[in-house]
Amino acid sequence: MTPELGYAATVAALVLAVYGSGAAAWSAVKGRAELRASSERAAIGVWLLITACMLLLVYAFLTFDFSVKYVASNTNRGTPFYYRITALWGALEGSIILWAWMLSLYTLIVVNRYRRTQPQLYPWTLSVMLGIAAFFLLVMTIPAPPFERLSPIPADGRGLNPLLEDSGMITHPVALYLGFTGFTVPFAFAMAALIVGRTGDEWITITRRWTIVAWYFLSLGLLIGGWWSYHVLGWGGYWAWDPVENAAFMPWLTATAFLHSVMIQERRRMLKLWNLALIILTFSLTLFGTFLTRSGIIGSVHAFSQGSVGQFFLAFLALIVLGALSLLAWRLDRLRAQGELDSIVSRESAFLLNNLFLIAAAFTVFFGTVFPLLSEAIKGVKVSVGAPFFNLVNIPIFLALIFLMGVGPLIAWRRASAENLRRNFLKPVLIGIAGAALCRALGVANTVVLVCLALVGFVAATIALDFARAARARRRTGDGWREATWGLALRQNRRYGGFVVHLGILIIALGVAGSQAWSTQTEATLNRGESLELGGYTIRFEGLQAAEESNHFKVVGTFTVSDRRGPYTVLTPAKKFYPQEQTPIAAVDYRLGFLEDLYLVLGEFARDGSHATIKIQINRMVSWLWIGGLVLTLGAALAIAPERRRVPAAARAGERAVA
Amino acid sequence: MSRRLTVVALLLIAALAAGSPLGAAPVSEDTVHEVAAQLRCVVCQSLSVADSPSETARQMKAIIRERLAAGETPEQVKAYFVDKYGLWILLAPPRQGFNLLVWVVPFVGLAAGLVLVLLLARRWSRRAASAPAVARPDAAMRERIRREMAEREP
Amino acid sequence: MSGRRRVLRWAIPLAVVPVLVLLAYGFRTDPREIRSPLLGKPASPFALTTFDGKPISLDALRGQVVVVNFWASWCIPACYDEAPSLERAWQAYRNRGVVLIGVNIQDKEEPARRFLTQFGHTFPNAPDPSGRVSVDYGVYGVPETFFIDRKGQVRFKHVGAVTDEIMKQHIEKLLEEPA
Repeated sequence: MTPELGYAATVAALVLAVYGSGAAAWSAVKGRAELRASSERAAIGVWLLITACMLLLVYAFLTFDFSVKYVASNTNRGTPFYYRITALWGALEGSIILWAWMLSLYTLIVVNRYRRTQPQLYPWTLSVMLGIAAFFLLVMTIPAPPFERLSPIPADGRGLNPLLEDSGMITHPVALYLGFTGFTVPFAFAMAALIVGRTGDEWITITRRWTIVAWYFLSLGLLIGGWWSYHVLGWGGYWAWDPVENAAFMPWLTATAFLHSVMIQERRRMLKLWNLALIILTFSLTLFGTFLTRSGIIGSVHAFSQGSVGQFFLAFLALIVLGALSLLAWRLDRLRAQGELDSIVSRESAFLLNNLFLIAAAFTVFFGTVFPLLSEAIKGVKVSVGAPFFNLVNIPIFLALIFLMGVGPLIAWRRASAENLRRNFLKPVLIGIAGAALCRALGVANTVVLVCLALVGFVAATIALDFARAARARRRTGDGWREATWGLALRQNRRYGGFVVHLGILIIALGVAGSQAWSTQTEATLNRGESLELGGYTIRFEGLQAAEESNHFKVVGTFTVSDRRGPYTVLTPAKKFYPQEQTPIAAVDYRLGFLEDLYLVLGEFARDGSHATIKIQINRMVSWLWIGGLVLTLGAALAIAPERRRVPAAARAGERAVA
Repeated sequence: MSRRLTVVALLLIAALAAGSPLGAAPVSEDTVHEVAAQLRCVVCQSLSVADSPSETARQMKAIIRERLAAGETPEQVKAYFVDKYGLWILLAPPRQGFNLLVWVVPFVGLAAGLVLVLLLARRWSRRAASAPAVARPDAAMRERIRREMAEREP
Repeated sequence: MSGRRRVLRWAIPLAVVPVLVLLAYGFRTDPREIRSPLLGKPASPFALTTFDGKPISLDALRGQVVVVNFWASWCIPACYDEAPSLERAWQAYRNRGVVLIGVNIQDKEEPARRFLTQFGHTFPNAPDPSGRVSVDYGVYGVPETFFIDRKGQVRFKHVGAVTDEIMKQHIEKLLEEPA
């Protein structure tokens, strides 16, 4: 029953989405209000139907309904309760439902917010969004139906991929997709702006918060992905330049460029064409990312299964890119460059360079990711492009970007005088150099790390300097401490939100630099009772234990860890044996710390527990990535907070007198 | 650098502590790690042999160590793997022939972008120089500006 | 806008077409399918000890057609699927100058022996504990089967489970050739 119901709901949603998209477009062309109202009702219907699909599927998971092929492929009777729910997005078909659901939800929000306030752009925006939703519903109907019936009904399911039985699995796809789908809204508004011909700043002002929220979720998704890789995959790293990681990183890079270049358009009315091109590029890259994951054309740890899904996505990608760029080409005369730059030394230039470097990084990642394909197409030779390449090219670019993070916010618009430069940058430059010199004296020898430290110091100093100066100015005009600092940040929330986000990035940069340069590891086979030393820790192998879990069997090794001061912790890395997997999965155990993490992976072991091979890593500064992510969250929240208007000092004094 | 030295030192300690022989050959773990970091683990997707926790990677690392100990240079060890597996075993293609493209294009692109940005900046600043000066705000405008600033932020 | 400008602007969307074509090309390739560089080259010599304790080396078999099959007991289902075909091929060709050798990689002795007993393999099987032989043959997954001619050159490599037809096809071809 469930498969049929679900399938019917999917088809109905598809029909409604197609209708709604057409009706919205037609209502815009003909000016028919009732058609528009009808398309809005269709949007509500689409959301309701997709929600129904999700609930049906969750119900099927919870009741072990193995007549649904998707349920049978991704759970079995031993799968724990919460993973049965999150298995919803654990494989291809379910991930499409999640995407479609988020899209339909965003569409509803757009309906709610803009139907009265944006009469010109809104119908086209709605049409575009419903059209995109229709595509995902089409994928749910034809190549990747989640409600395929399995017959005969098996007694038990296959089970979830054990690597996905993790808290990261629950949150990573959700965050990532909120980011990906979030960019649909600015894209749809951009398309509406092009169609209607209102290619001014409107669409940017409207979508400013959307862009920041989508960007934030994409950042969060990437960080959670890194965290998941770090604590599940057993290699102690958080980023491998895997094609699918790259596929999510590219839109992040172009979205960051977009975030910044819209600021130029807002202030100086420049770069209109460029901003439109950037949002098209960003949205296209999100589609490219899902294409890459699902088509199987480039092998990856992440890749979902194949089938004809890839072809559908490529066709849609082609449609979107060619269509959007054609719209852009059509409206080119309205987008004449009105660029006016007073001086090359100005904030405008800093933003231009920021964009240049981000796009260069995105291009590098793109080129490196598709080069194996290119090589095979042209030369017939398979090659790999991995970390050595990406690190070599991207590290200088990222360092340059860190430098710009310090310069951009403080340098003057239009023309930065020598006085302006000296006032804003002299002290930070000195602080940066001094900091690096200090670290050099303390023993840091890696050049890249030193440069990174200098730049981070420079940027942090610019932020602190700017904040201190502004707070001091307020104090001088009579504000209290709280008002001058906290109030300042709240009132100029866009600026200081941006600063906090930059701070978050700095912390992450330090984490990356430190973990790459200062982590150590070793591997050895220990007999029971034997110990090993690394980095001040003594790790002793105590023994092995076997345990039976609901859907797997595991062997747990017990290791007591002590440091100079005495016993520190007990770590229990394990090997899990899932019946549906060919090789055992390593369950890492670790102890996180501010400056260093202790990380243990169990290797081969003797059946009788007499000896075991253990890999020990001391990963330094990795926690700074997660801390940076938290700071990023605060910054983004501050940046999108509603703007507060300041009550004039006189009025406030009056209030105090009255109270 | 400090990382490598630490690894070597601690592995020696580990060897003494665990009693596992490192062999008589003076192969630095440093070099093994370096070579392993350039080879792709065949059973993982994008990890190097140095990073991968898989059994295959461990065996490959042991072979690397063996061959280095037998006197081969890192280049020869890499060539051996390329002979057996093909060019794709290298985590980044060699800088020759068609593969030079992947190493060169990003830098060329960046340089081209820089030139473009500079040209654009020059064009825009020249235009600004020839644009008429903005009219100074009159009294009414100034009053309005003052009022709005009093409400919002300076 | 000038006429030239009118035409040039369509270069913007057209510029993306080559990329899309490249991506479409990707559908025709399989990222996991890699042509072995060993084809046409002399097979790497090896000397192993079978599970029965007997030594076996490639050099001693020069002049015969040698089929080397890499397998593991945890390789489900492919190694299990192909096991009967291997035994059948062995029975059919062992007296015609063909030697079939199974090399067990990354496995433990007990499960490996169980695998052999389960399928009643009578051809020589040897473990490769250090993985040297598997690396020597560029093995990146199991099962993989190599067909070596009488002159000691690797002629075919089959990735994945073999079938009776595949075994027959390659072995017959190599049997026709002189030593």
